[in-house]
Amino acid sequence: MSTSNYLMATYLQTPLEGWQDAYRATPERDALFTTLSGEPIRPLYTERDLPSQGDIGLPGQYPFTRGVYPSMYRGRLWTMRQFAGFGTAEETNERFRYLLDHGQTGLSTAFDMPSLMGHDSDHPRSLGEVGREGVAVDTLDDMETLFGGIDLGAVTVSMTINAPAAIMLAFYVVAAERNGIPAHRLGGTIQADILKEYIAQKEWCFPIDPAMRLLGDMIEWSSREMPRWHPVSISGYHIREAGSTAAQELAFTLKDGLTYVEQAIERGLDVDDFAPRLSFFFNAQIDFFEEIAKYRAARRIWARELRETYGAKNPKSWLMRFHTQTAGVSLTAQQPLNNIVRTAIEALAGVLGGTQSLHTNSYDEALALPTEEAVRIALRTQQIIAHETGVTNTIDPLGGSYFVEALTDRLEAQAYEYFRRIDELGGMVQAVKQNFPQREIADASFELQTEIDEGRRVVVGVNRYRHDDEDELPILRIDPALESKQIGRVQAVKARRDADAVSATLAAIRETAATERNLMPALLEAARAHATEGEIVEALQDVWGSYTETPVF
Amino acid sequence: MRTLRIVVAKPGLDGHDRGAKIIARALRDAGMEVIYTGLHQTPEQIVETVIQEDAHAVGLSILSGAHMTLVPRVVELLRGQGIDDVVVTVGGTIPAEDIPELKQLGVSEVFTPGASTQDIVDFIRASAVA
Repeated sequence: MSTSNYLMATYLQTPLEGWQDAYRATPERDALFTTLSGEPIRPLYTERDLPSQGDIGLPGQYPFTRGVYPSMYRGRLWTMRQFAGFGTAEETNERFRYLLDHGQTGLSTAFDMPSLMGHDSDHPRSLGEVGREGVAVDTLDDMETLFGGIDLGAVTVSMTINAPAAIMLAFYVVAAERNGIPAHRLGGTIQADILKEYIAQKEWCFPIDPAMRLLGDMIEWSSREMPRWHPVSISGYHIREAGSTAAQELAFTLKDGLTYVEQAIERGLDVDDFAPRLSFFFNAQIDFFEEIAKYRAARRIWARELRETYGAKNPKSWLMRFHTQTAGVSLTAQQPLNNIVRTAIEALAGVLGGTQSLHTNSYDEALALPTEEAVRIALRTQQIIAHETGVTNTIDPLGGSYFVEALTDRLEAQAYEYFRRIDELGGMVQAVKQNFPQREIADASFELQTEIDEGRRVVVGVNRYRHDDEDELPILRIDPALESKQIGRVQAVKARRDADAVSATLAAIRETAATERNLMPALLEAARAHATEGEIVEALQDVWGSYTETPVF
Repeated sequence: MRTLRIVVAKPGLDGHDRGAKIIARALRDAGMEVIYTGLHQTPEQIVETVIQEDAHAVGLSILSGAHMTLVPRVVELLRGQGIDDVVVTVGGTIPAEDIPELKQLGVSEVFTPGASTQDIVDFIRASAVA
């Protein structure tokens, strides 16, 4: 092309075409230009990528893409809620008070593996696991100790306890009741999202169908008796930690939530009686913009489905409020201080995505449960974002970004594609029984690991920028003596209670489990009689049986 | 040479199976026969599987902090059955200071977060005897 023709051509080009030519003339780096979920990203997004104005909308207005509240963080900051639990209820109570003293505004309880699986601490399967990955709670007595000296009418409490959630809620309600705080004043949330246990977290007590019924009983009871309580926190966190993509986390979590909505409607509840108290829990992974888009898409899908598909009329039923936790799976055991940086970026994504509460992981958590110092830095990370960075000055600062809006639309479309495939399998319960989400996650997780192993996806300190003689980090050691201390606690309760009263309440549980009557009143009676968690779970298993997975890999 | 048969096992109560499944798949892709036990196995169940499958190696994946209880029990049960040629490896969140003790018990290698699947495949190939 002669010079004059070239000039003529550039003159006739639109600016975008000009940029495209110029871009093509520049060699790209040898790198992956995909999201963490493997989604290809274009070099540039423009106004052509924006959706219609109606979809972006305004904060506090349907479809809530820009946030669930009109004022967002200018009205009130997110709740800084660090997840904590280890040892016996005494040690965790101390950690809770430490966090409240350092400016934390809500509590979040991590239970140990035996508690999650419905085993008492003195059960043979609990050996070596008591108080290791969370706090051991076997009895009403443990629950009272756990929240001793904390005003349960004033703080909100979150409990991550899934399969035995209804039992722990009974312990919690009775513990508060004995402290003079009635159930209707209790605020907080319980994870209780049982479908994601079979999909990803894999801590179960019962087969899927009775587990769904127990959850339904709890939702029904608490929507009548506990107006400030969020009876199920529908959780994508563990789905993502198990290695899913962002789209899978979004789709499977929302579909789980919609399945609970359908179940409650089938049981005769009015959608507007319970939907305002459903809440969500998402992961914040390291791919900054993909995560922000995920939260924005989630709000929009939930609002649309609740209003259009399930006929909710109360605008509060349309709001998808959520808790965020930074990604444990993104933390590295190598050069652990780098994890402070990862966590800060992930937390910022949660905030720019409009989260209602946030947990920031501690830098030492790829090695062990966190030390107090590590937890303090994690909490300070949130405080720096809240008070120093200025990101809270305006609502949804990324709204209208060509890239973020395009990603939001794409994730939304991918979620609907998964909804379609799940519906074809007969709904989420059927899909889980057929291992569909489990297999999708296993495939995604293997693909990501392959990218990392082959060095195509860089993880700093792991497959690039390593240094081999690292200093050992001081980590939290759980004193093995705590296990025998806890066994002593549960056995002391068993020795001093009225054994006949316990047997009678357990018999009532078995009897109710075999009917369709709501189990919550029987569980509360058992809690009052000091039946242990393990005894109650075993009573239910007598009727329902237990669960064994057919694993896919 | 016979095909290597590897048991990938999840002892204890934790449900973190991302790592175990990735390793199982990588070993299978590398041409080994992999038996994945599934979750929540007791040491007795795992040793039973090793015997039944006549396995050359067993990989224990533990992220619950219970490794100092569960791993010694598996090794003890294997030795009690007169089995000392099965390679035992451990993977998961294992603090560095616990590794020497595990190795002294007879664990051949401990793979902590960040270990590459290729390193694990190579290790099993080099140490397991078919």
